Amino acid sequence: MPFSEPLKKRLNTIISKHETKRSALIAVLREIQDEYQYLSAESMEEAANMLEISPSSVQNVATFYTMFFTEPAGKHVVWVCRTLSCALRGAEHVEHYMCDKLGVKTGETTADGKITLMEAECLASCGTAPVMLVDDTLEENLTKERVDQVIQELRED
Amino acid sequence: MPELRIIRNYVGIKDSHTIESYMSRGGYAALGKALKMDPDEIIDEIKRAGLRGRGGAGFPTGVKWSFIQRDSKKPIYLCCNADESEPGSFKDREILEQDPHQMLEGMMIACYTINSHKAYVYIRGEMPYGASIIEGAIKEAYDKGYLGRNILNSGFDLDIVLFRGAGAYICGEETGLLESIEGKNGEPRPKPPFPAQIGLFGCPTIINNVETLAFVPHIINKGHQWFSAIGLPKNTGTKIYGLCGDVNKPGLYEIPLGITARDLIEEYGGGIPNGRKVKAISPGGSSAPLLTADELDITLDFDSLAEAGSMLGTAGVTVMDDNACMVRVAQNLAHFYRDESCGQCVQCREGTWWLEKMLTMIEQGRGKMEYIDTLLDACSQMRGTTICALADGCAMPVESIVKKFRHEFEEHVRLGKCPFENKHMGDWS
Ligand SMILES: Cc1cc2nc3c(=O)[nH]c(=O)nc-3n(C[C@H](O)[C@H](O)[C@H](O)COP(=O)(O)O)c2cc1C
Ligand code: SF4
Ligand code: FES
Repeated sequence: MPFSEPLKKRLNTIISKHETKRSALIAVLREIQDEYQYLSAESMEEAANMLEISPSSVQNVATFYTMFFTEPAGKHVVWVCRTLSCALRGAEHVEHYMCDKLGVKTGETTADGKITLMEAECLASCGTAPVMLVDDTLEENLTKERVDQVIQELRED
Repeated sequence: MPELRIIRNYVGIKDSHTIESYMSRGGYAALGKALKMDPDEIIDEIKRAGLRGRGGAGFPTGVKWSFIQRDSKKPIYLCCNADESEPGSFKDREILEQDPHQMLEGMMIACYTINSHKAYVYIRGEMPYGASIIEGAIKEAYDKGYLGRNILNSGFDLDIVLFRGAGAYICGEETGLLESIEGKNGEPRPKPPFPAQIGLFGCPTIINNVETLAFVPHIINKGHQWFSAIGLPKNTGTKIYGLCGDVNKPGLYEIPLGITARDLIEEYGGGIPNGRKVKAISPGGSSAPLLTADELDITLDFDSLAEAGSMLGTAGVTVMDDNACMVRVAQNLAHFYRDESCGQCVQCREGTWWLEKMLTMIEQGRGKMEYIDTLLDACSQMRGTTICALADGCAMPVESIVKKFRHEFEEHVRLGKCPFENKHMGDWS
C-alpha cells in the first residue's frame, strides 16, 4: 500500500528540514512507524525511494535502532528497564509480572494486538527505579498497583 | 559537604523550563556578554575556570574548543550530546526537562566561540518528553531573538536543531552520534581523524555533554575565579552526582567535586535500607571499575578515582548492598554491553557475548573454576584494542568485579548454584 498523501506531505516536510536527504532517514522512519505501528518491507522501500538511497541501507538502519519494529507491533509499546539500577530494585519481578498479566513473553504482542512488551536498557531514570516507558510516558517508582492501572488503561484504549 | 546548586538551583520550581523563568533570573545575560568578547578570551576564561567535560572523559572544555580552526572554509558544527544512556546516569535528563535554557545558552556561547552557525542537540529516542521540552525551548529562543540571524545585533547567526535518536547506547559515543545524525547506523569511526578536524558531514565539529554546556553561561557570568574556587584543584566546580541502587534516598545531588563516596551515601543517600551494609559501588556509570566497601573514603573526582584505578565517568553512583550477588551484577552489565555493541570490532562483539555467556553459566551453577581466569583473559583481550571505548567499558567493570569478588565466583562454582538465591533481585510489591 503506497503512502497516503498526508503522510507523504509530512515526510517531505521532514526531509526538507534536514541538511541532506540521508540525514532525514531516522526521522522519516519514526514518522512512518507512528502511522503504521511498524516498518514493513514495502514502506521501507518507499522511504528509500523518497530519500534516494537503497532499500537495503534503510533496512540496515531500521534493524540497528531498537525502537524500530520491522515486524508488526502492538498499538502500545511498553519498555521495561532491565539494567542494573532497576534490577537492584526489582525490575525482574516487574517484567515477570507484566508477562503474567499480559500472557506474553518479552518481545511479544498481546493477542488483541494492543500491547507489545519489550525490555529496555537503562532509561536514564535510575534514581526512580524500577521504571518503564509506556509509549511516550515514563512510569517511575513502579508498584504492582501502578502496573495494574497502566495495563488497564492501555487495554481500554 | 554541603550541597551547592548552580545548575539544579531551579529544579522543581514551577515552569522552570520556560524562557520567562530563565530570563527572570538573569538568563541570556551571559550570551550578551560573550558576544562582546573575543573568542580567544572566552576560551581562556573556560580554560582558567578549569571546566572539564561531564560526558565521561573529563577532557578540559576550553582546550577542546581551541582545537577548532575558526577560519575553516567548511562549516563548523557543535553537537550537544544528550544521548544519556550510561547505566546509572540520569543527570542530563533533568537538565533537559527542567532547565534547558542553560544548556542552550551554553551552546550559543560555544558556537560563537568556535565560529559555528549550526548546532544539533542529539537526544536519545527514549526521551520523548525531554524532546518536546527542548523543541519548545528552541522555539522560545528564536522568538526572543537569541537564535536566528544577527543575534542581539552582534552580526552573529546561529541555528540550533533537535535530532532524535531511535534507541542505541552507542550513539552517545561522539562519532557514533555523528554517524547517526548523518542518517546511518551509530557505528563509531576510527580516530584519528578527530571530529575537531573531520566531524559531522566531513566538517570540523565539537561534541559536548549537556551538563558541560550548562555550566558555560554561569562561568561567563561569574568569572573563572568564582568557578575554580569551587571543588578541588584541577577538579573544579560542582558536579551533579546521581545516586541509585540500594540506598534510602536515591536521587540527584549537586555538590562541589570531591565528596567522598561514604559521605554521599550516608549524608545524602541516607544510608542503606534495612540496616544493611554496602558491598560495592559503581562510582561513575556502569563503565567504571567498581569500588568495594573498603574504598568508600575515596573522593569522587576525576583524578582521585583515576588514581584509585577507577573513573568518575558520569558520576552516576550505583550502590549494591551485602545481599547483592556480584556474579549477577557482572552478568547484568555484560548483557547490557553485549546488547549495545555495534559489532564492528571482533574483540567487542565476541568478547561481550562470551563474558555474558560465561557469567550466566557461573550464575546458574554450571560454571567451572577455570572459567574465572578465562573471564579475566577475555577482559584483557578486550581492552585498548577496539575502535571505541565501549569494549573497555564492559571489560573494566567486569574485570574489577572478578578480581575484587573472586570468592563469590568460586563459591558459585563450588556450590553449583547462586549462594544468594533470589535476595539480590530486589523486593518489589
Ligand atoms: C560507548 C560510549 C557511550 C557514551 N555515551 C555518552 C552519552 O550518552 N553522553 C555523553 O555526553 N557522552 C557520552 N560518551 C562520551 C562522548 O564520546 C564524548 O566524550 C562526550 O560527549 C564529550 O563531551 P564532554 O567533553 O563535554 O564531556 C560516550 C562514550 C562512549 C565510549
Ligand atoms: S568497541 Fe564495540 S561498540 Fe565500539 S566500535 Fe568496536 S564493536 Fe562498536
Ligand atoms: S537502570 Fe533502569 S533507568 Fe537506569
